[in-house]
Amino acid sequence: MPIQVLMPALSPTMEKGNLAKWLKKEGETIKSGDVIAEIETDKATMEVEATDEGTLGKILIAEGTADVPVNTPIATILADGESAADLAKAPAPAKPAAEAAPPAAAKAEAPAPKAAPAPQAVAEPDPEVPAGTEMITQTIREALRDAMAEEMRRDADVLVMGEEVAEYQGAYKVTQGLLQEFGAKRVIDTPITEHGFAGIGVGAAMTGLKPIVEFMTFNFAMQAIDQIINSAAKTLYMSGGQMGCSIVFRGPNGAASRVAAQHSQDYASWYSNVPGLKVVAPFSAADYKGLLKAAIRDPNPVIFLENEMLYGHTGEVPKLDDFVIPIGKARIVRSGSHVTIISWSNGMSYALKAADELAKDGIEAEVIDLRTLRPMDTETIINSVKKTGRAVTVEEGWAQSGVGAEIAARIMENAFDYLDAPVARVTGKDVPMPYAANLEKLALPSAAEVVEAAKAVCYR
Amino acid sequence: MAAPKKAAASAEQDKTNGGSPPDFTKEQELKALRDMLLIRRFEEKAGQLYGMGAIGGFCHLYIGQEAVVVGMQMALKQGDQVITGYRDHGHMLATGMEANGVMAELTGRRGGYSKGKGGSMHMFSKEKHFYGGHGIVGAQVSLGTGLAFANNYRGNGNVSVTYFGDGAANQGQVYESFNMAELWKLPVIYVIENNRYAMGTSVSRASAQQDFSKRGASFNIPGLQVDGMDVRAVKAAGDEAAAWCRAGKGPMILEMQTYRYRGHSMSDPAKYRTREEVEKVRHDQDPIEQVRNRLLAAKVSEADLKAIDAEVRDIVNASADFAQHDPEPDAAELWTDVYR
Repeated sequence: MPIQVLMPALSPTMEKGNLAKWLKKEGETIKSGDVIAEIETDKATMEVEATDEGTLGKILIAEGTADVPVNTPIATILADGESAADLAKAPAPAKPAAEAAPPAAAKAEAPAPKAAPAPQAVAEPDPEVPAGTEMITQTIREALRDAMAEEMRRDADVLVMGEEVAEYQGAYKVTQGLLQEFGAKRVIDTPITEHGFAGIGVGAAMTGLKPIVEFMTFNFAMQAIDQIINSAAKTLYMSGGQMGCSIVFRGPNGAASRVAAQHSQDYASWYSNVPGLKVVAPFSAADYKGLLKAAIRDPNPVIFLENEMLYGHTGEVPKLDDFVIPIGKARIVRSGSHVTIISWSNGMSYALKAADELAKDGIEAEVIDLRTLRPMDTETIINSVKKTGRAVTVEEGWAQSGVGAEIAARIMENAFDYLDAPVARVTGKDVPMPYAANLEKLALPSAAEVVEAAKAVCYR
Repeated sequence: MAAPKKAAASAEQDKTNGGSPPDFTKEQELKALRDMLLIRRFEEKAGQLYGMGAIGGFCHLYIGQEAVVVGMQMALKQGDQVITGYRDHGHMLATGMEANGVMAELTGRRGGYSKGKGGSMHMFSKEKHFYGGHGIVGAQVSLGTGLAFANNYRGNGNVSVTYFGDGAANQGQVYESFNMAELWKLPVIYVIENNRYAMGTSVSRASAQQDFSKRGASFNIPGLQVDGMDVRAVKAAGDEAAAWCRAGKGPMILEMQTYRYRGHSMSDPAKYRTREEVEKVRHDQDPIEQVRNRLLAAKVSEADLKAIDAEVRDIVNASADFAQHDPEPDAAELWTDVYR
């Protein structure tokens, strides 16, 4: 029976890709290992190798087709002795990936790129953007790259260093094109030595350079946390204000998809515990851009927590010469009067979806995107809670000593008399991140849990 | 591969020619004597003040190792940076930082280099290109490599002198830094102050490779073993290393064989070595006595040397006085300098 070639998943988070090019024609002989096609994802262009031998019977997806879901049959290979007439025996390619693809299923909670860009759910206008500003649609990955490129054009002291940031074009393609524009002096591939290059970055920053240190993920930054905290965060204070460092540590933080415990930890609460650091964790594409530019200009060490699941998401980014969002300001992205939902980074995915669900039941949730965790915009939280009398925090990190715990404490300290119910927390479960798809989903927060918590504090 | 061979040859020379590095001029000898004496008298006074309770926390004295920083400093030029670990008072004085500011930091007063907020292990001076003063063993090696990275980035011709001890030489980030420094040809002199003990653990009990000049071998970083008790040998090695770095050849390692007379910190029980061992080094190798004896042999008068002594004592006494009378930081200082 003819063999079907399926659209491959080329990374743990890939849901669809473009079929860029066929390198074999129908009727050509194929050996196992031959490159038969090129697939473009939002991260990279990859080659598809045949795993079976035979003749390329029929191309089912023409080259140039965009957004082909993972697991869609893209071609059939005829085994020896089979002919084009046998093609009919191949399973009909009609119903592709949607429900068959495990990666897509695992990601049901996260908005799919392009299809449902999350930031579009935003109801409130962004106070940082003047009315009438032209907007461009970009992925968060592109917004980050543009932020770095703009700041590097503006200031020759800004440089990027990290693993695979230059020739590989970024492990997650965030630094794509920077090497070509700025050269190897300013876009520096480091050996796999987080502790060492974090220290080198801090030392360089102490002389006035402004390094952007990329960690391939913040999981690996645990190797470097001594330099981040003991050297970067504390030196200004220990030197009586003489010597500080303007440095950005950035990279994906928290859970990605099916990469298990050592690659899925959320470090938001760790860094937000430390005076001397600023901690930023945006959600929308515009915030990613505006806040990264602010972080690079900030004279202090800034921890910039990105989320791999969001890199491919698109959003509207204002087309302004210099779009900078001040660090330390939360944003009300949806107004409501019944309950305040507070989140940041990918937690906002659950929060916004839950707010939609709650609205169907007549509960109007006010959703606050904190954006910055340190310094925390307590005022925006408190003002909202004074209005709604109820609050739910949403984070992917663990509950104990988590950011939600801090928010709950601040609400208690500043708005106790306004509370009509105890603050509820929706968090990642108190376990190392499991690998199995169903368990991973259970370990993370969900919109349903946020809905449940919001109803509970509303006594509904 | 020429570099390591050359280094090995030099190291051999250093070992075999029995400490006859190039002579100093009389002016150099006098300067070395004065600068080493300042450190020694300062440290003795700091020890005294610690005993009186005027200095708190940890206090690591540099007595015995003075030739290392003084000799190295003589090999540097304006703009070169210095960074070290927690045994840092000598380094600061050698770079020209004021005794008053260092001592007042030890006593936690507002006139200290860090306004009293850093203490013994955490002082800095942008003006003197002194980048600390770091309390985490080995951290300064990555940071110092970063200073060299910045020099390279700016092409300013400056060299980073990164000091660390035989104990820190076993930390992992040291080798991460070595790799990148040689890979990127960064102008950094790694000065390993081998004073034979990491706290109470002797080199032989902690180090598989006890020849620290070879610690860069896997990265092709040349190294020299230097008599760190002879200020002339230190300067000669410093000259060679600085020239190497400034020529764009990358880093160099200098193992300074030295000795600390005092304990690791003020609370050291000194059970790990004998009194006789300390006395023998003091008697045979003291860096200050070596210079003094050469000056006397060169017919410099006792009176001239006493005058240097007196000048140094005045500076140190004045610093002790300042450090005890300068007010503590204002309570409002608690909240400053967290962010800028």
